Amino acid sequence: MQEYNFAYLDEQTKRMIRRAILKGLAIPGYQVPFASREMPMPYGWGTGGVQVSAAVLTPDDTMKVIDQGADDTTNAVSIRKFFERTAGVATTTVTGEATVIQTRHRIPEEPLKEGQILVYQVPIPEPMRFLEPRETETRKMHALEEYGLMHVKLYEDISRHGHIATAYAYPVKVEGRYVMDPSPIPKFDNPKLEMAAIQLFGAGREQRIYALPPHTKAVSLDFEDHPFEASKADHPCGLCGAQDSYLDEVIVDDEGGRLFVCSDTDYCTHRQEAAR
Amino acid sequence: MTPLLSVRALTKRYGPHIGCADVSFDLWPGEVMGIVGESGSGKSTLLNCMAGHLVCDSGQVIFDTRADGPTDTLTMSEPARRMLSRTDWAFVHQHARDGLRMGVSAGGNVGERLMAVGARNYGDIRDTAIDWLGRVEISETRIDDRPTTFSGGMQQRLQIARNLVTGPRLVFMDEPTGGLDVSVQARLLDLLRGLVRDMGLSAIIVTHDLAVVRLLADRLMVMKDGHVVEAGLTDQVLDDPQHAYTQLLVSSVLQV
Repeated sequence: MQEYNFAYLDEQTKRMIRRAILKGLAIPGYQVPFASREMPMPYGWGTGGVQVSAAVLTPDDTMKVIDQGADDTTNAVSIRKFFERTAGVATTTVTGEATVIQTRHRIPEEPLKEGQILVYQVPIPEPMRFLEPRETETRKMHALEEYGLMHVKLYEDISRHGHIATAYAYPVKVEGRYVMDPSPIPKFDNPKLEMAAIQLFGAGREQRIYALPPHTKAVSLDFEDHPFEASKADHPCGLCGAQDSYLDEVIVDDEGGRLFVCSDTDYCTHRQEAAR
Repeated sequence: MTPLLSVRALTKRYGPHIGCADVSFDLWPGEVMGIVGESGSGKSTLLNCMAGHLVCDSGQVIFDTRADGPTDTLTMSEPARRMLSRTDWAFVHQHARDGLRMGVSAGGNVGERLMAVGARNYGDIRDTAIDWLGRVEISETRIDDRPTTFSGGMQQRLQIARNLVTGPRLVFMDEPTGGLDVSVQARLLDLLRGLVRDMGLSAIIVTHDLAVVRLLADRLMVMKDGHVVEAGLTDQVLDDPQHAYTQLLVSSVLQV
């Protein structure tokens, strides 16, 4: 059998992606177009994230893949297997031990450190897509910093629900310049966007890469009289008792019984072990 | 006194065809100018060139900006022109659908311009929206409804409210009453006349309906084949047309 090139993509492609990543890091929040490749998985499964991960991986890296915070769901398992096979890198489920973390829709609970890279899978990189469908127009709006439309979305939320009901993919303004879609992470995670690790965002179908360098300011948009609130379910975790982590609601029987558990499985497991 | 808008030798060609040629005029503060002519006479081209929606071939459109005085808007930087078009300028489209966001509630439509110039207080934005809906005779209870549920006349009034909310000084209107039935037209004209007088707006109205300009416009320009063939005070032009085409236009109006 023919061997794969390290991390599946050929070197020229990785070079092209790295160039896009560097440009993204130089202009935080700006969506850099790149020539996204066909990957051996369907769009929507993280083709963008996988390409970014492939471009930043080195043989010495330790990789962790999470899907909605969990290490053991289909998406996470298949992508982890993919890199085990094509790159032969070490993998882990422990947040603190990983150097590259590819994530779908969550930021790990444990604060990330300098030297780590967090790679997001992004379905729709354009925060204004559903308000202004023309890409030519949204690009111009980004270029000229015309972001009034973003607040129209929040206005609509308040007028319909009485509060800002956008619970995920909550838009942030990066370093006072570009408005960015932080991928569909819950807004609970928004304050964590200002971190010590490098954050890279890859959208495969939409062919865009953007990035947040360490300690970049990312302010969630809001109104003076309806300030941003990082919300979560008002319960402790049913397994580890954590008060401060983002929770999934799990239906446990057909009589309305439900359980709230940490969506970050690694965090929850560690807390349970420590309690024992 | 400086004119609010001075147009100098504005020309726009579509290949070998003339869109509008060598149009010059001054618009003074508080004045309403009508542009009439048949379909294809270049009146919409002229309006779109002045508003910056079309790139014209030559000429100047000098607007008396608040900050820097008279400035040629055609050579202005794009951010500055777009800023102008959402603060001091307004554009009322013939079809309200072109000027409204149909997927956004009436309140959001009115509030968009406010938010675009930096309003960040939900309560204030909503109060202003309610005030403006009242001014264009739309019930406050419809504030959270989408324009898709509005009638044609209401959509047009909403479009006007959305445009005037930032207190512009110059309004471009492209057939504002086109496609509305006569009683709705009459109400809309009445409303427009009131708003223009109350706010001291200057406006340029493109229409083929002579009744509209008779009611709204102080001055009139008649266009044919891309050229201005006659200009003057509205009543003067309509009651004593000099150019053959104007005479034809005035005599073509059906008398009921």
